[in-house]
Amino acid sequence: MNNRIKNYLTQYAIYVVLILLIIGIAIKDPTFISLRVFRDILVQSSTRIIIALGAALVILIGGADLSAGRLVGLAAVVSASLLQMPDYPRRFFPDLPQLPLWIPILITILIGFGFGLLNGFVVSRFSVPPFIATLGTMVIVYGANSIYFNLPPNNSQPIAGLRKDFSELGTGGIFGIPYVIIIAVIITIIMWIVLNKTSFGKNLYAIGGNREAAVVSGVDVKRHILWLFALAGTLYTIAGILEAARTGGATNNYGNMYELDAIAACVVGGWSVSGGVGTVPGVVVGVLIFSVINYGLTFIGIDPYWQLIIKGIIIVSAVAVDIRKYLAKK
Amino acid sequence: MTNNEFILEMNNISKEFPGVKALDNVTLKVRAGTVHAIMGENGAGKSTLMKCLFGIYEPDSGEIILNGKKISIKNSKEALDYGISMIHQELHPVRYRNVMENIWLGRFPMKKYSLFKLVDEKKMYQDTEELLAGLKIDIKPTELVKNLSASKIQYIEIAKAISYNAKIIIMDEPTSSLTENEVTHLFDLIRTLKKEGVSIIYISHKIDEIFEIADEVTIMRDGKVVGTWDTKELTEDKIISKMVGREMTNRFPIRNSKPGEVILKVENLTSPLPKSFKNVSFELRKGEILGIGGLVGSQRTELVEALFGLRSIASGRIFIKGKEVIIRSPIDAKKHGMALLTEERRSTGIFPDLNILENTTIANIKKYVNHFLLLNDRERKDDTKQMVNALKVKTPSLKTLIKDLSGGNQQKVLLARWLLTSPEILILDEPTRGIDVGAKYEIYTIMNELTMQGKSIIMISSEMPELLGMADRIMVMCEGYLSGILDKEEATEEKIMRLASKYTN
Repeated sequence: MNNRIKNYLTQYAIYVVLILLIIGIAIKDPTFISLRVFRDILVQSSTRIIIALGAALVILIGGADLSAGRLVGLAAVVSASLLQMPDYPRRFFPDLPQLPLWIPILITILIGFGFGLLNGFVVSRFSVPPFIATLGTMVIVYGANSIYFNLPPNNSQPIAGLRKDFSELGTGGIFGIPYVIIIAVIITIIMWIVLNKTSFGKNLYAIGGNREAAVVSGVDVKRHILWLFALAGTLYTIAGILEAARTGGATNNYGNMYELDAIAACVVGGWSVSGGVGTVPGVVVGVLIFSVINYGLTFIGIDPYWQLIIKGIIIVSAVAVDIRKYLAKK
Repeated sequence: MTNNEFILEMNNISKEFPGVKALDNVTLKVRAGTVHAIMGENGAGKSTLMKCLFGIYEPDSGEIILNGKKISIKNSKEALDYGISMIHQELHPVRYRNVMENIWLGRFPMKKYSLFKLVDEKKMYQDTEELLAGLKIDIKPTELVKNLSASKIQYIEIAKAISYNAKIIIMDEPTSSLTENEVTHLFDLIRTLKKEGVSIIYISHKIDEIFEIADEVTIMRDGKVVGTWDTKELTEDKIISKMVGREMTNRFPIRNSKPGEVILKVENLTSPLPKSFKNVSFELRKGEILGIGGLVGSQRTELVEALFGLRSIASGRIFIKGKEVIIRSPIDAKKHGMALLTEERRSTGIFPDLNILENTTIANIKKYVNHFLLLNDRERKDDTKQMVNALKVKTPSLKTLIKDLSGGNQQKVLLARWLLTSPEILILDEPTRGIDVGAKYEIYTIMNELTMQGKSIIMISSEMPELLGMADRIMVMCEGYLSGILDKEEATEEKIMRLASKYTN
């Protein structure tokens, strides 16, 4: 009996942590349990979930994608620069006509897709480890973004004055449910289907779990890796566009270090850094844990620097507990 | 053999790796519907040849003719498309995925009518069930592979190879993790496949298996083909001498040791895991070789790993030289004069990218730390040189990376590593696995000499002749229990086999 409880607790450690966190905060301040708070936490989590789902793809093959955060920043700046109000005094492109909303969004997504392809190409064609390949891309993307951001007449001024239809995407909603949450849910469902129901996803798990086995079973490993990175890049870009829309602006520092948050959320959510293991709900819960920490600890008035220390402890201890599932019993 | 046509011809295949000519003008012809065995020592080129056939390597020269048509195979997918499938010797499955996904990996059945390209899990489940039922394998398609035993995983590999509807199936050491009954089952399967016209290329070190199942045998040595024979023309001695290239009169050195007082005593050792070793008691004497026999899954390795502090113990006591000791880690075990040569040389033995010097001195490194907390390199080199000479390790220099040595020489370096710690009890887990006949004899000689010096050896071995030839006493395990201990004089293969399956229904 005792053993069964212990097994159960290890199996669902992350869910237990999430629930304990919520209970703990609620004891301190019962007003935490409210629809508004939950909505805020979910809104905060939406873009993070989209980024983490991209990062999870790379973790699945035993790599880490460091370019995620900077691609979020690039997407925020590019989309914002193309979607400012016509009468705003400091426009990025003063003479830019009013484009239909989907054109700037598509352009931005294509840029992220392209950088993702670049990552995938370098990793699959030249066998550069993902950590290094994406380290390079991260630096390049930041450089490119900063050059773009510094173009006259903008000269590195924060981009603001976004079009109503665009910021509506980040702040509006339907039936009281914010669009960002709806988009995150849709993307989560799509990613769940991709990973669990398509041969692409199943092959990724196989490649991550045992690459040689995948090769001799006739899986085109290189092609899968190429598309995996492209998909990841696309997801980061979507998140970046939503970040710009939600916050009503962008600078070249948007998304800084988001890749580390995303990787932390994945490992806390049960993804193995050696690859081949992880679930989509795990990613969602991993992200939620961090959002609850961020929001909840601020809610009960804990110093943000202390929050960092708590966050660090949670990352390490959650993984220490979770990894027990995979350790061979001796 | 009704059909005398060659379904497959590999003509004049050569393949060179930096510094090694792995295949030198090799020709192999396989008839349809036969079992064609390939034998040879390690490094003879058997696996390399098969990897050329399966598209993992590309031959430098030569041609492959399948059904009378010349083909070129660039990767495994093409090989599979040509109807050639392979059971790999050292390939582990995707452990965190289920059985059916492992079997249909690379060719999942897809749903016909849906918006996206989705995998048809229902069909995959049914196909797997059908496939496994046809092979009389009782495994659930949705079981995670990591929960399966080694022999079940081997079955999955076999089922997978068959599921390609291949005309040629390459089996590289398919019985390495199967029990006697399972081997019989596999051979039945092979016979059924033969009747359906499938050709099997069968690689094995086990000579008795070859006599049982193979129609023809091709023997390779040093990357060349020695010849191809009808199995009926061959005898065990003929095969060995053709493999080694010389007559082997003695496969084991003569042992005339006189075991002394008890050095190690184990009482009722029991594992905390339910399916592992239970109530094992035995004694080891000074200068003795105690063999441990048993089938895969008999928990022999688990037992010695527990002795060495790698696994935990629920109950039981260990005495060394009459004094009770508690061993919680290999560090404790080393302090008590024990050494363990693990079963998996590649994964838990060698440091492949380090050289001979580092590999030899790593277990004893503290001895070489001088007053400035630095390593005394001269002493390390002297000790290593002495060991290399004493054990006759064939290496160009001490700076050679261990991965560039042959299996036998790697094993000698590992022995050297542990001998430098001056152990009194050496535990050797399958010390000659994957080592060719010549090097085996040298390892046996070293073991012999060590016991002459008063060292004691526990040797796990799955090879009956090795147990009978080297051990002073043989203890046999079955399903975690000690099923009996036989003296050298009374031991026979039949007695060992009977003890090894004592508790299996």
